[in-house]
Amino acid sequence: MHSTITNHADAAIDFNLDEPRVDWHDKTLWFIREKRDMASHNIPEWEELREYASQIKNNVLSNLSQYLQEFEEKAKANGIIVHWAADAEEHNKIVHSILQKHNIDRMVKSKSMLTEECGLNEYLEANGVEVIDTDLGERIVQLAKEPPSHIVLPCIHKKKEEIGELFHQYLGTEKGASDPKYLTAAAREHLRETFLTRRAALTGVNFAIAETGEFVVSTNEGNADMGAHLADVHIACMGIEKVLPKQHHLGVFLRLLARSATGQPITTYSSHFKVPQPHQEMHIVFVDNGRSVHLGKDDFRNSLKCIRCAACMNTCPVYRRSGGHSYHNAVAGPIGSILTPNFDMRANKDLPFASTLCGSCSNVCPVKIDIHDQLYKWRQVLMKEGLGPTTKNASMKMMGWVLSKPALYDISGKAARLVLKYTPFVVSNKLNPWYKQREMPAPPKESFKEWYKKNRS
Amino acid sequence: MSSRENILKEVLKNQPPDRALPVIDVAVTTTHAEWIEALKVRLDILHVTVHEVADYSAIKTILQQEAIPQERTVTTIEALSDVSTYIDSVKEDAHSLEDVDLAIIPAHFGVAENGAMWVTDSLIQYRVLPFITQQLAVVVSKNNIVYNMHQAYEKIAGTNYDFGVFIAGPSKTADIEQSLVLGAHGPKGMTLFLLG
Amino acid sequence: MRVALFIPCYVDQFYPNVAIATLELLEKYGCSVTYPLKQTCCGQPMANSGYEHEGEGCSQLFAENFAGYDYIVCPSGSCTLHIKHHLHTEKNSPEEAHIRKTVYELCEFMVDVLKVDNIKARFPHKVGMHQSCHGQRGLHLSQMSELTAEPFSKPGSLLSMVKDVELIKLDRIDECCGFGGTFCVAEEAVSAKMGKDRVADHVRHEAEYITGADMSCLMHMEGILKRQNSKTKVIHIAEILNSY
Repeated sequence: MHSTITNHADAAIDFNLDEPRVDWHDKTLWFIREKRDMASHNIPEWEELREYASQIKNNVLSNLSQYLQEFEEKAKANGIIVHWAADAEEHNKIVHSILQKHNIDRMVKSKSMLTEECGLNEYLEANGVEVIDTDLGERIVQLAKEPPSHIVLPCIHKKKEEIGELFHQYLGTEKGASDPKYLTAAAREHLRETFLTRRAALTGVNFAIAETGEFVVSTNEGNADMGAHLADVHIACMGIEKVLPKQHHLGVFLRLLARSATGQPITTYSSHFKVPQPHQEMHIVFVDNGRSVHLGKDDFRNSLKCIRCAACMNTCPVYRRSGGHSYHNAVAGPIGSILTPNFDMRANKDLPFASTLCGSCSNVCPVKIDIHDQLYKWRQVLMKEGLGPTTKNASMKMMGWVLSKPALYDISGKAARLVLKYTPFVVSNKLNPWYKQREMPAPPKESFKEWYKKNRS
Repeated sequence: MSSRENILKEVLKNQPPDRALPVIDVAVTTTHAEWIEALKVRLDILHVTVHEVADYSAIKTILQQEAIPQERTVTTIEALSDVSTYIDSVKEDAHSLEDVDLAIIPAHFGVAENGAMWVTDSLIQYRVLPFITQQLAVVVSKNNIVYNMHQAYEKIAGTNYDFGVFIAGPSKTADIEQSLVLGAHGPKGMTLFLLG
Repeated sequence: MRVALFIPCYVDQFYPNVAIATLELLEKYGCSVTYPLKQTCCGQPMANSGYEHEGEGCSQLFAENFAGYDYIVCPSGSCTLHIKHHLHTEKNSPEEAHIRKTVYELCEFMVDVLKVDNIKARFPHKVGMHQSCHGQRGLHLSQMSELTAEPFSKPGSLLSMVKDVELIKLDRIDECCGFGGTFCVAEEAVSAKMGKDRVADHVRHEAEYITGADMSCLMHMEGILKRQNSKTKVIHIAEILNSY
């Protein structure tokens, strides 16, 4: 079902061809939103926690260079090897060179959205390194040769019958079997063998603490730990924005993260990696990949506060009805729509428009990113850059002009006719999209203005 | 210039003026007895079996009642060394733990609001032990229960560890259609002995 | 109290009864109401499409039309929010600041300024309340389900004063209907699906009417209801508050 369409609206049309499936996708994610509500409404100080988290992240962004250096110094003193990557390519090369140094051509990897962003798997595979994703959801989409559709629940778009078919094909489970317990048990056996035989493990980083030089990885499955503790080489990759000043700040963030993500009070495992095991090498790769430029944008730097909980995706009525792949990026949904134009404005110019600006995303965000306001601001930036369709540019100019001239507006008669005439996409399509599934309002005898003139003035 | 210097230079150039850190002040109004009750409720939701025990001999009795002879059990608690294989240091490759059926480990303290137990490498010897075992049992003193994560980090502050982990129940996943399955990669089940 | 009536362009053209109900309501509560005849549009369709920069003339006209009143009242949360947040012309005059400060959506004006505690209206029907996002999350007309905070609802408190109204419960109390301005045509597939789902929640709970403080959302849902030949109708809250 993976779509290769790179325009959200078109991909959404595809996704909506199977309405019962859209309903299923919507309900599954809404259920998670409801669990998030229950978990957060049980904490009387929830809104204060969000404010603390927001302020801590504001402080991080305003002192990022110092915190990065402080973390580096402490991590080195702890025996961790620190690398710096300017972009995705350098990141991939660094990871590959570490593996080459140890003559390793097979690696396990736990969830890291950063490596998705950098296309690490593809790079390593092209260079003869086998990567096995160990998060169950990620393993499923890896077998299906698809990208994850959600940053916390990578295969939320897949039905258990489809997963059963994949497992039958690749893991030898019974044909037609789709019981989640049975399938998970099969994956457990398959991946246990993998954990025991791989000498290198890559993990993401949820939080890195400048004060102590440790980093925290959160999982429910324990796959990050199974990989990292059994390997000779542990590589942890992190975006430079993931650093926190103080250890006790984890108290705030670990209370918020899982509750926002899945409604759990905390993930099963919150592992604090500080000093490598005696026989082991531990690496950290700091990745910029556009973040430092992003940091300089007053209107948009806030999105670097993101802790990748995906609450904004679960609550987004558009995401739930268009699916993660329609955002054609590693990070989908509302947060993806404000992060990705930083990387490539032209390729992602559709995404800030894939929203009704309802604002629910900003309300669930545990670090209070003004997501829907940024979507609005991105629209202004993109259109000012001239990235809108020519017809839309012209019609909006015309509309702005007519609406500034009351006499012209009156002559044009019905404002609605004007709006329809100059509203983008209506003119460029043979069939007005409004009518596809909706009726237009019945025109009344007279406008309010006409009534008012007769009855009041 | 290296990437390190380039990145740091760009970050320094683009980072906004200093914003102050907040003073985190979350009041806890409930009592220790209420935390214990909250912890038990939470552990039940997490599918953790809880035994309230007076001392280690009570733990031994329960372990012996439930023990299956052919199982490989290990412990890092000396007081339990007569009922389980005692591990007091790292002697072998960690992969040798792959067939451990039950590991019994202590925790420094537990957190009532989320059922998480704080464990560091000095308590488990092998970092992989609480993950690779099929079943996990954790022993924690009732006196060492705090309410929330802010109190937890007050306790952790200044302590020494090379690796530490909060463990909140057995390994689990809901990646297949949001159906909860215990035992994704790590333990399929967890028991907590609340001591004292 | 001199009140200027700000009527969204599509309400002027398609839903004059909503504007009339708003005017009559304000007059009932003692306001001296003027409808500036040279008003056109607040400029939101352009701004939400990313063309704020083409709306300067529109904003200037709005500022001229609505200068010099105590309050500006509008039966649309969305248009009100746009003026409150985005009315900025090159002049950046004190009048504009005054407009931004004194523009009110009808329900919040009745609750916060007029402090209405008695409504002589009767509407013997089962009614579902649609929370339009811009009014709710933008203007805080009602508490938002995402927040850990005490619930309240300004439109709800007004409706509760109307005789014989039966407010139905919804499964999702404040999910977006999918109108979203140009979103409704640019993202037709998702927009229509959102609208169908929102309407279904009301119909499932036997609403005879879906009401709300924003006619644009109601127009979108009305379009879907009509296409489905549903018996459920839409009605702007001003019409209920003004019914007898």
